[in-house]
Amino acid sequence: MTDTPAGTPAADAATPETPNPETPTLEIQGLRLNLPGAARPVLAGVDLTVAARETVALVGESGSGKSLTSRSVLRLLPPGAATEGAVRVQGEDVLTMNAKQLRRLRTHTAAMIFQDPRAAINPLRRIGDFLTESLRLNADLPAAEATERAVRMLDAVGLGDRVLGQYPGQLSGGMLQRVVIAAALMGDPALILADEPTTALDVTTQAEVVGLLGDLRDQFGTALLFVTHDLGLAAAISDRVYVMYAGRIAETGPAEALFQRPRHPYTAALLRSTPHLDAPAGRLAAIEGRPPSLREELTGCPFAARCAFATQQCREELPPHLPVRGESSRLVACHHSEKLADQLAGSVTHD
Amino acid sequence: MTFLRFALRRVAEMAATLLAASFVIFGALYLAPGNPASFLLSGRSASPEAMKAINEQYHLNDPFWEQYLRWLGQVVHGDFGRSIEYRTPVSTLLGSRLPSTLMLVAMALLLVVVIGLALGWIGAVRGGMTDSSILVTTTLAVGTPSFVAAVLLQGLFSVKLGWFPSSGSGTGFAGMLWHLTLPAIALALYLIGMLARVTRSTMLEAMGHEHVTVARSRGVPERQVIHRHVFRNTLGTVLTMGGLIVSTLLICTVLVETAFSVNGIGQLLDLSTTTKDFPVVQAVSLLIVGMFMTVNLVVDLLLPLVDPRVTLGTRGVSA
Repeated sequence: MTDTPAGTPAADAATPETPNPETPTLEIQGLRLNLPGAARPVLAGVDLTVAARETVALVGESGSGKSLTSRSVLRLLPPGAATEGAVRVQGEDVLTMNAKQLRRLRTHTAAMIFQDPRAAINPLRRIGDFLTESLRLNADLPAAEATERAVRMLDAVGLGDRVLGQYPGQLSGGMLQRVVIAAALMGDPALILADEPTTALDVTTQAEVVGLLGDLRDQFGTALLFVTHDLGLAAAISDRVYVMYAGRIAETGPAEALFQRPRHPYTAALLRSTPHLDAPAGRLAAIEGRPPSLREELTGCPFAARCAFATQQCREELPPHLPVRGESSRLVACHHSEKLADQLAGSVTHD
Repeated sequence: MTFLRFALRRVAEMAATLLAASFVIFGALYLAPGNPASFLLSGRSASPEAMKAINEQYHLNDPFWEQYLRWLGQVVHGDFGRSIEYRTPVSTLLGSRLPSTLMLVAMALLLVVVIGLALGWIGAVRGGMTDSSILVTTTLAVGTPSFVAAVLLQGLFSVKLGWFPSSGSGTGFAGMLWHLTLPAIALALYLIGMLARVTRSTMLEAMGHEHVTVARSRGVPERQVIHRHVFRNTLGTVLTMGGLIVSTLLICTVLVETAFSVNGIGQLLDLSTTTKDFPVVQAVSLLIVGMFMTVNLVVDLLLPLVDPRVTLGTRGVSA
């Protein structure tokens, strides 16, 4: 489906573990974002890549900057935001695009699925209009062809063409989220950004939507950046995970390795505070303290104030992102990562 | 089907309301000080024979109910009686005066809708200095009563500049257009300010909705985002306002037509109230009530077309 050179089988064959290092579908480099009135950058140097056809989860608490990171891929920035760094989609920097290039990116290359489907669709317009509007209005497709494509995409998400003439108020939340997913597929994008796509849905619908997203990713060959605060969901759907804290990536690596043996105290704390069905009932371990406010400047490691293992060095020096020994695909930003490895791994096993 | 049933129900309701209004209008003249016969003689003394003749001609000695029912029966057949002042059938009088008023209201409505919506749109979309100056101007407009605006406009455009006539209604379409321009502006000014402010704030509120961001995120051009997702969503509010605007225009014609000596039904109402020409007062009052209700009915019928969340018979919130 994607026509990127990076997505060709030849590129995949060359480096099987990390496919197409030349042109990832999404490559964020040193992204910093400053907002007026904030004492520290909301994003303080984020590096993140999503290869073609890869599914990557971006995990963090509210206010960690995960939504802003995903929104910056479509340059949906809050008013007054100042950015540094680069956000490249298929090799083109989103932050320096002109209006026309940006519309093309948003229509055809990257699409976002939003949290609350009921808020995402204009209640006064029909579903058919919603699905086809960006293709029609950018004069990319005549109305009849756009509608034809809408019917096919609705079929792909398991909805009939009857909904084309219906208003959002006539559909359930789960159906609306399917419509939003179909809308994201309309322009045949190389990348889908899913910003907490299941948070506003009830549990059974959540499972359906996650399953559907997985199927569609395989069927259409899109890359997927899945933003969530739900670690279980992240583990279930993604190949790799980024854990974000206070506008920085704390730790990244393959989903399984990262959840089995976390190397950052924050990841370990998050895992301990996640309920498990197979774990004995009892109090969940909440993380003490709260995330740093945007009004305070940060020195050293942003997690130091809440970290049980923090030392003087943590409070004074910002830990760099270093590869984990023996696991080349993992990076962690913690001064004591080596030392704490076994202790952290032990703290999240349930028996 | 439902539309037809709703329309029929509303028409029935309207008839009932009109009936109640007719009773109030007819009865009000009885509550007014003095008796109708002395209004008719307007202070002149009359012989008992003349008095008796008048009472018989206008059936003033009959019980109230009989008088009311007789009048109502005639009104249903389009007969509003004869004017005491002009000595012609009231319906002829209304027929000759209605065109000026309708033309005046139509011109003012056009000004209000075009200028009000445009100012509100520009203020909301541009922001900054443009928005502030529009806010100041519309505040001024809202604070100026139509009779004050009438005097100012006459002074500037008729007396000083001589561009427009200061009074009269003109003849023929072009003549009416020329004569009614200043009255229409005086009538529209307050409502332009009002509609501009409502449009502006409703659009600003609509811009904050997430579906607007979503439309942008999907590459919909900005102009279309504003048109299809912001302005479109204010139409429910604008339409509801529209009903109020037409009603206010109808009522304010009394002031403006008097100020500009436009021979419409507003001026007629003012004159006939002073001369106690009660058949005319009754007819004009009933006509205004009828127009008022027709406008509201039209708004209620149109609202579901503008907002699919509103089903016939309920007025919902618009987002």
